[in-house]
Amino acid sequence: MADVTFTVDGKKLTAPAGTLLIDACRAAGIEIPAFCYYPGLSLQAACRMCVVRVEKMPKLQTACTTAVTEGMVVSTETDETKQARKATIELLLGNHPLDCPVCDAGGECELQDMTFKYGAHESKYVETKQHREEQKWSPVVYFDRPRCILCYRCVRVCGEGMDVWALGVENRGVTSVIAPNEKDHLDCEECGMCIDICPVGALTSGTYRYKTRPWEMNHVGTVCTHCGDGCKTTLGVRPTDDGVEIIRGDNRDKSGINGDFLCIKGRYAFDFANHKDRLTKPLIRQADGKLAPVSWEQALDFAAKKLGEIRDSRGGNAIGVIGSNRTTNEETYLLQKFARTILRTNNVDHHRTADYAAFAAALKGHAGREASLRDFLSARAILLLGNDPTNQHPALAWQVRTNVRHNRARIYVANHAEVKLRRQAKAAVDLPADAYASFVEYLAGKDGGFEANDTSAAFRDAIRQEESLLVAFGSEFRGRDILVLVDFGLSLPNTKFACLGDYANSRGAADMGLLPDLLPGYVPVTAAAHFAEEYGSALPTQPGLDLVQMLDAAGRGDLSALYVVGSNPATRYGIDPSALKNTFLIVQDMFLTETAALADVVFPAANLYEKTGTVTNTYGDLQLVKKAADKSGVRTDFEIIVRLADKLGADPKQLVPFGKGVRADFGQTRGAQSGEADRHAVWLAANHLEPKLSPFDPFAILDEIQRLVPAYDVPRLNLLTGNDEHLKSELVQIDASADRRDLVLPSNDLLYTSGTLGRYSAKLTEVVESHTILMKPAEAAAD
Amino acid sequence: MATETTTIFSPELAARFDKLVTQYPVRRSALIPMLLYAQDEVGYLSPAVIAEVAVRVGIKESDVLSVLSYYSLLRTKPAGKFNVQVCTNICCMLRGGNELFEHCKKRLGVGNKGVTPDGVFSLEEVECIGACSWAPAVQINYDFHENLTPESMDSLLEDYRAKAGK
Repeated sequence: MADVTFTVDGKKLTAPAGTLLIDACRAAGIEIPAFCYYPGLSLQAACRMCVVRVEKMPKLQTACTTAVTEGMVVSTETDETKQARKATIELLLGNHPLDCPVCDAGGECELQDMTFKYGAHESKYVETKQHREEQKWSPVVYFDRPRCILCYRCVRVCGEGMDVWALGVENRGVTSVIAPNEKDHLDCEECGMCIDICPVGALTSGTYRYKTRPWEMNHVGTVCTHCGDGCKTTLGVRPTDDGVEIIRGDNRDKSGINGDFLCIKGRYAFDFANHKDRLTKPLIRQADGKLAPVSWEQALDFAAKKLGEIRDSRGGNAIGVIGSNRTTNEETYLLQKFARTILRTNNVDHHRTADYAAFAAALKGHAGREASLRDFLSARAILLLGNDPTNQHPALAWQVRTNVRHNRARIYVANHAEVKLRRQAKAAVDLPADAYASFVEYLAGKDGGFEANDTSAAFRDAIRQEESLLVAFGSEFRGRDILVLVDFGLSLPNTKFACLGDYANSRGAADMGLLPDLLPGYVPVTAAAHFAEEYGSALPTQPGLDLVQMLDAAGRGDLSALYVVGSNPATRYGIDPSALKNTFLIVQDMFLTETAALADVVFPAANLYEKTGTVTNTYGDLQLVKKAADKSGVRTDFEIIVRLADKLGADPKQLVPFGKGVRADFGQTRGAQSGEADRHAVWLAANHLEPKLSPFDPFAILDEIQRLVPAYDVPRLNLLTGNDEHLKSELVQIDASADRRDLVLPSNDLLYTSGTLGRYSAKLTEVVESHTILMKPAEAAAD
Repeated sequence: MATETTTIFSPELAARFDKLVTQYPVRRSALIPMLLYAQDEVGYLSPAVIAEVAVRVGIKESDVLSVLSYYSLLRTKPAGKFNVQVCTNICCMLRGGNELFEHCKKRLGVGNKGVTPDGVFSLEEVECIGACSWAPAVQINYDFHENLTPESMDSLLEDYRAKAGK
């Protein structure tokens, strides 16, 4: 819309016509207080805090519902508005308990700030305050009625934002009260958005309440370790006797690709780190067959000695390596480098949850065709094939819903299940579970394979008329089906794609070459020349065994050693424990998982919240992970691999080319202050980065990744400031014609499950138990 | 909802509801008229009424409850056959509305929002009913009675009691 010019507090401002006065003022640095107004949600005008004087209008106007117009003259801070706001606060405080010293929100409470600012500390009311007991609405949501100021933010974010509609307001006037949908408790997705959006301490979190004050925590922006969406989260952490614990997860500063959104897992399921079963000492299987704690030195010596013997006597092909979906790109990369250069084997794999290799092959050479999670917020039309984002990719579902609400985006859903996003869909088609491939052919214009009807015909016509389209597809698509889908998409004018995989770094695991036939960047192992050059040693050129083949080989007695990093194949692939009895098994994990229980050596590993590096979400958005928590006794997977290599007699400097310093951050990111090593160290420490370039510095490996994997060679400045950077997926070097075995095994994690992490999260377990009548969790998920 | 097979309402009302939900741009807009008609037929908004209305409008029961709890006209408990609503707002108050209300309380033997044991009358003190020119005024179900005194109120109640048997 055309711009209009108006005056606020004597300042001439310009904004598009129709902009809300409150937004226009905020954009110009003029803060107008408001409780009920929340950007992105519908307007309420309930709190009356944002009243301003607009010339030629009879009464004070609410800035949150007044659109700017040409020539408007506004005063935001006059004696009149101050008095009005003070009176409003006095009314709000009429029954407010003023228990700030014990309230969770104390110190970050909007009502507290406003009372402080407008000085409504004396009340003309003499009536007794009505006290009501706190209510527990769910394991994660508590409600303290007297603190509530009835701004309706929670009602709106739950209804409009989450499409859950679990909160409402009952009664009227002074008896109004926020009410949960099941009389005394909530039946909802337990996302906790209502808690974060609450301007006061009326809604409090089951994990955080009464534990600390906001100013007693350090706040670290990092990436959630659960699903493949890679939401940015700000962790509130505090030192404990044995490290640093996470007390809170939220993203109230709206930084990152997810804005202020987090689901239940991001917001509450970090407590696995403090589980009593967490391993903190290395274990070695003793002569009596039991695992017993030993020192790190002993465990590393023992593991390296056995690995070395097997490698030297039976060759690298007798060793297998299984990596993780939840370690950083650097660790994943390091693991395959360790396997290929030091163990000299291509028997490298991981639990695959999406066929990223086929996706990379299909997109090869097509620049800018991969969608970022951000794109879902602005795309005009979105086609969703398979998957259930509400359960499996909550942030994606949030972006899609928001896009529909704000921009009236057109959503097309085709799948074999009744998913919640169909409510936002313009059109939906029911597919038989095995008809995805034929449906895509049908969309592309090939009739015959798919049983068409009027609905599908209208669906196809609508999609083909879209001027731009974003296609998101689930693990229903693999191998050639992805190629067919991408080919169809590319035949339309402007199409972008997203391949939906399951874990925090599933994408990174594939991109970083945890595959028996592909090196980082999907370079075939048969064409490893420039890798060998960089690594300074020859690489095995025969494709290795994949995960299933490795396990079969172990059962036959052909695999003498298996090194498992952050994975639980014993449960995930249902291995018979006896199959691994003749295999020397090294496991590094947080817990004594079913796989670790079979191991000869177990290393206690740090989780993603306890390390620094990068992860890639399923959309190809690269983000920086920062160390937030700590646990004494455990070490990062990165450090364990390097130390193991060292014990195996390898030169750590060759494995981790630290100190080369070619691309490392020597302070460039500090701009004018660059070049001063000591102050650089201070800056790095303040940002929770490794303060020196050591063999444990993930950035030395990120340098190497950026040298060898063109898709990852993205500007680093943005990453270091905590933002996402999208990969250049067109630059992968995969051989698109190769026929590859389909090994995709979806994790089947739903909203309240998250593999092994979910099992060890007390809060998630509690929520699942409280919902057993309402929904069944997925089959005992592992990994 | 046209596909509704079982209903707790009369066939006429059910048919009316089927049409009602199609008459607004947003289905939800049919909620308040629907609640009013349902209350007229059933007498009050029972849990069964709320449940069916929620299904018909396509929202959750808690949403229906949020809306109906806002309006004093909508009730979730049974009223008497004749609901006596006495206005005590300013005009009626000046012309003896409070005395009229007290008189009704004594006469019917129930307090505000009470129902007589025989279920014939219920009493309610209400805000302005828009009959200020003829204050004090009382609304019994949908009928207005104006310029009342305790004496004329008595005969009015007698008339209604006589009607109750029929």
